[in-house]
Amino acid sequence: MQLVLEKRTERSNTIALVSPLIAIGLTIATMTILFAILGKNPLLALHAYFIAPLTDGYSLQEIAVKATPLVMIAIGLALCYLANAWNIGAEGQFLFGAVAGSWIAVKTQGTDAGAWVLPAMLVLAAAAGALYALIPAICKVKFGASEILISLMLVYVADLLLDYLVRGPWRDPNGFNFPTTAEFDSVATVPLLIEGGRLHLGSIIALLAVAAAAILLGRTIKGFEIRVVGAAPRAARFGGFNANQLIILTFAVSGALAGLAGIIEVAGPVGHLQPGISPGYGFTAIIVAFLGRLNPIGILIAGLFLALTFIGGEQAQIAMKIPLDVTKVFQGMLLFFVLACDSLILYRFKLVFPNRQVARGAG
Amino acid sequence: MELVEAIVLSVLAASTPLLIAATGELVTERSGVLNLGVEGMMIVGAACGFGGAWLTGSIFIGALFGIVAGTLMSLIFALMALGLAVNQVATGLALTILGVGLSGLIGAGFVGERLTPAAQLYIPGLTDIPLIGRVLFGEDAFVYFSIALIIGVWWFLYRTRAGLILRACGDNHVSAHALGYPVLRIRTFAVMFGGACAGLAGAYLPLAYTPFFIPGMTAGRGWIALALVVFASWRPGRLVVGAYLFGAVTILQLHAQGWGVGIPSQFMSALPYLATVIVLVLLSRARTGGSTAPAALGTVFVPDR
Repeated sequence: MQLVLEKRTERSNTIALVSPLIAIGLTIATMTILFAILGKNPLLALHAYFIAPLTDGYSLQEIAVKATPLVMIAIGLALCYLANAWNIGAEGQFLFGAVAGSWIAVKTQGTDAGAWVLPAMLVLAAAAGALYALIPAICKVKFGASEILISLMLVYVADLLLDYLVRGPWRDPNGFNFPTTAEFDSVATVPLLIEGGRLHLGSIIALLAVAAAAILLGRTIKGFEIRVVGAAPRAARFGGFNANQLIILTFAVSGALAGLAGIIEVAGPVGHLQPGISPGYGFTAIIVAFLGRLNPIGILIAGLFLALTFIGGEQAQIAMKIPLDVTKVFQGMLLFFVLACDSLILYRFKLVFPNRQVARGAG
Repeated sequence: MELVEAIVLSVLAASTPLLIAATGELVTERSGVLNLGVEGMMIVGAACGFGGAWLTGSIFIGALFGIVAGTLMSLIFALMALGLAVNQVATGLALTILGVGLSGLIGAGFVGERLTPAAQLYIPGLTDIPLIGRVLFGEDAFVYFSIALIIGVWWFLYRTRAGLILRACGDNHVSAHALGYPVLRIRTFAVMFGGACAGLAGAYLPLAYTPFFIPGMTAGRGWIALALVVFASWRPGRLVVGAYLFGAVTILQLHAQGWGVGIPSQFMSALPYLATVIVLVLLSRARTGGSTAPAALGTVFVPDR
């Protein structure tokens, strides 16, 4: 007896809808076991992770703040992945955008520069993120080099560049030698939506990105081209779609969104440039993109859910001394289960009895 | 002279984890599977390898722990990418994300502990030969093993029937299947071999390279190993050259930092990553005539009955 995969004659829409939910269910079940192994009460731990953050206003705002970069980056990544272009260096584009935008903030510090500072920072960060993403895209299109490896290598380079700047030329002279720039001026800071709260303008920008991507993919020819090039490259070639041009385009858009997310994080919740501004947003956004089924609305929901795991993880660490790495394990497992469940949209399991068939054939 | 010797020794040490991990991935990719999870398998191998050695006091058992951990990680990949026909790129990324988290959990208890690193060979007389003595006869067991490993893999791929079948699976899985070869089973073994090597390469870092465990200590070496396989055009001989070249870049930038060249250390630290980018571009460019990659690399295979 053997369990084998069999291709479905058409994709199962029921499973397409419920598969993320099954995946979350399976992940939570596995987490329960992991908590028990760690010697923590699983029910209390799950409560700390998934329920507690939803019960107070501060945490709810904090979830939206964490979801902002995740959703922005994941929207761009979804465009890439739909076009079968593998940008996995969003973390680097996020950091590079943050560095580029911070340059204006640092240079105008203490001057009487006006309200133009923040818009200029946002524009420059988006442009820098796009340029940084264009390096792997152009290497792919011009030379056929692996965009996966190049975009990933550039993450380490961006990380080191940021490290150099905040330890060297941009270090706050009054910062007790800590590797950080001075606190940004108010004209270089993303405004809050609620006075005294945490929610900031970046969340609105993220929602705009979701809406724009939904329109692009659902209502425009370009969006159609992106989906065809990814799903049926041969058909796209016959249709005269330029796959290379789409790789460049999707990489540039996703780099711009990641760069924008970077400067919004620095000029918003963090308030200054320092190492460790990202707890791996660029990588977690890959999970968000897949959990959201590469669909803008799905990504919005998935982004909020993964933000919940970040906040829940922090609360579980404070309340129950559960290590922060549990959050990463959770996120990795979630991606596995999402991918596994997605497989069932195209395939179904079938039991086969090879021996009996052979015996019958011989008889 | 002593400086030259010291540099050669440190280049060998820095190259060894790259060589071991890349050798495993080369076999995996020759069977037609692209496992991007090398970094994840390595880092779990590092945490388990250190844990095993720290608990038992034996470097050898530590290395075994690393191998087993890497193999188990690769089995998750095999289950997904081969068993469930999931996209290999996405699965590999998931494996790396999971591996980073798992290694942090496993290694949390060992951070700050120190080990006696793996012993280096000493043969009276031979090891004392100036200049070449220590380089040839004074290494730790991992270095010799890595060289035996790559020779073994070369022999297997090009001189045995099993190696021929493995390469056939990588170049045309439909034909291999039609000839009656169990493509998925062969690929599973190739993935497991890759996992075992990545686990061992990871374990090398806390067992021999630096005698302690720090989270994230693989620092992208798994990704560089993946790039090395491309650099080597999927051939074992070129893999050795590539691994030692990259080891040399890593060490030269360290020495340059030590000599106080007026360049900020972060720029020097970025060199291995930038070198990878440049090498990938130059090689891909030189190869416009046709790809040397296994033809079925990274494609999903579901046997029809």
